[in-house]
Amino acid sequence: MAIIPELPRRHKGAEPISVPKSRQRFGLFLLGPGALWLLVFGIVPLGLIVVYSFATRGEYGGVALKWTWENFARLADPLYVAIFRRSLLMAGATTILCIVMGYPIAYAISTAGPHWKNRLLMLVIIPFWTNFLIRTYAWIIILRTEGLINSLLLSLGIITEPLTLLYTSGAVLVGFVYNWLPYMILPIYASLEKIDRSYIEAAMDLGGKGRVVLQKVILPLSIPGIAAGSVLVFIPALAMFAIPDVLGGARTMMIGNLIKNQFTSARNWPFGSAASVVLIGLMLLALFIYKRLAQNERS
Amino acid sequence: MNAAKLPIRPIETHTTKSRRFMWAYVALVYLFLYLPIIVLAIYSFNTSRFNVNWEGFTLDWYARLGQNSKILAAAKTSLSIAAVSTLLSTILGTALVFGVYRNTPRIRSFVDVLIYVPMIVPETVMGIALLAFFAAAGIDLGTISIIIAHVMFSTPFVALVVQARLDGFEYSLVEAALDLGATHWIAMTKVMLPLAAPGIFAGALLAFTLSLDDFIITFFTAGPGSTTLPLYIYSMVKFGVSPEINALSTIILAITITLVVGSEFLRRKRG
Repeated sequence: MAIIPELPRRHKGAEPISVPKSRQRFGLFLLGPGALWLLVFGIVPLGLIVVYSFATRGEYGGVALKWTWENFARLADPLYVAIFRRSLLMAGATTILCIVMGYPIAYAISTAGPHWKNRLLMLVIIPFWTNFLIRTYAWIIILRTEGLINSLLLSLGIITEPLTLLYTSGAVLVGFVYNWLPYMILPIYASLEKIDRSYIEAAMDLGGKGRVVLQKVILPLSIPGIAAGSVLVFIPALAMFAIPDVLGGARTMMIGNLIKNQFTSARNWPFGSAASVVLIGLMLLALFIYKRLAQNERS
Repeated sequence: MNAAKLPIRPIETHTTKSRRFMWAYVALVYLFLYLPIIVLAIYSFNTSRFNVNWEGFTLDWYARLGQNSKILAAAKTSLSIAAVSTLLSTILGTALVFGVYRNTPRIRSFVDVLIYVPMIVPETVMGIALLAFFAAAGIDLGTISIIIAHVMFSTPFVALVVQARLDGFEYSLVEAALDLGATHWIAMTKVMLPLAAPGIFAGALLAFTLSLDDFIITFFTAGPGSTTLPLYIYSMVKFGVSPEINALSTIILAITITLVVGSEFLRRKRG
């Protein structure tokens, strides 16, 4: 999904003080179809998943409405706990790598002159506008046994046998970072741009060295951007199935793959629903932490 | 915040040496961003099917692509789905924002929930939820179900972009029009619509790209005979490396870069 734009603050003056009935009726007529669409095809399906997570797998892969906790109990099986742990680790590592790689980029762009600023930003955005399957496929060419890295290392005589790079956790991690790096750079850049420059000037005037100013002034003030970027990377990374499908092997199964398999090949919808409900729980936890970070920053 | 708006030169916070180090690091990360897609494009012109060694220049893979009726059909499916879902989500999303301006805070916060939930919930979960819903509702998987899903995930983005454009909009303008005897419809089309127009256009553009680009939700809501381009690319990629994918990717890359750079150029020329 594309980057969620920063939520616009509602202008106070935009609020009608009192809403006459005829106006409200016209308003409801306008927003009705859209709201209904989002309700029926967005909220209701999610509710259905919650209901299904307590149901039983029926014959022929259907869903039988016999209520049970069995699906959630089954997730406690070490096999599935390992999948959840792996996903959390992978999403966490992706987030950290994106911060490490993305922060200097965002910082450098924010210090560049206006002419370069636009170009450098556009260069970050261009790969992000191409389909992620294509970007993921590019790594197959580089990482496979007869790929670019192996043939390069072989011809230089650094290795004698090709390395196994593709279909590993490392390959999935590279694919993840490659896919979500722009999602980290843009919010950090936005928060750096918002920093009042007089703070930086004041710190410099008071004798702060570049590194100290960066550590004590700029970095703390850009935490909201890091937090926003982390949410934009961590949550989708937790649920992604296509990149592990393409770059990973049998041992890189993640939550997304588990859910996808239950709804396609395994056809155990209630179990897949239970895994989805837990995934949504993890997502809410991440959002809660994000809110806390954003709030701390304000106070 | 005022200070940030002034056209001031960058503050020299760092020594030349540390700046050099920073830009070297930046260059490396940009290399990481671009090397894979450049390699991808280069190999689309290589004669050899499997070898990484350069064996010669060819346009064969592009010619084969032109003869591949499945790809052309998938591209056509993608474009028609994107066109319909853009039209629907632009109308629904814009009307949603316009309607919200005429309503009480309680309805506003309800609409906010409707808008944010599909944007926050991971696509994999949204996809399987729609799959389960379509099965329960007896809706066959195919072009129609894909369009329903695409409209669902695009409408919130259109609404947000239109909302951002109307940020700070003085609703009293509409009230003035109403006081002067305009009907609700006239007040909307003559006052709000022209103001929101750039936002609506930007929202439509976003909806179109989102639909064209979507793989995950489409994966769960597609049926036989409704293969979109991303679905087709996925099946090719899973099958293995082939220069045809490189050629197809290079074409898509070229179109994307032209569109992004072109729109930026136009924007700056106007601005």
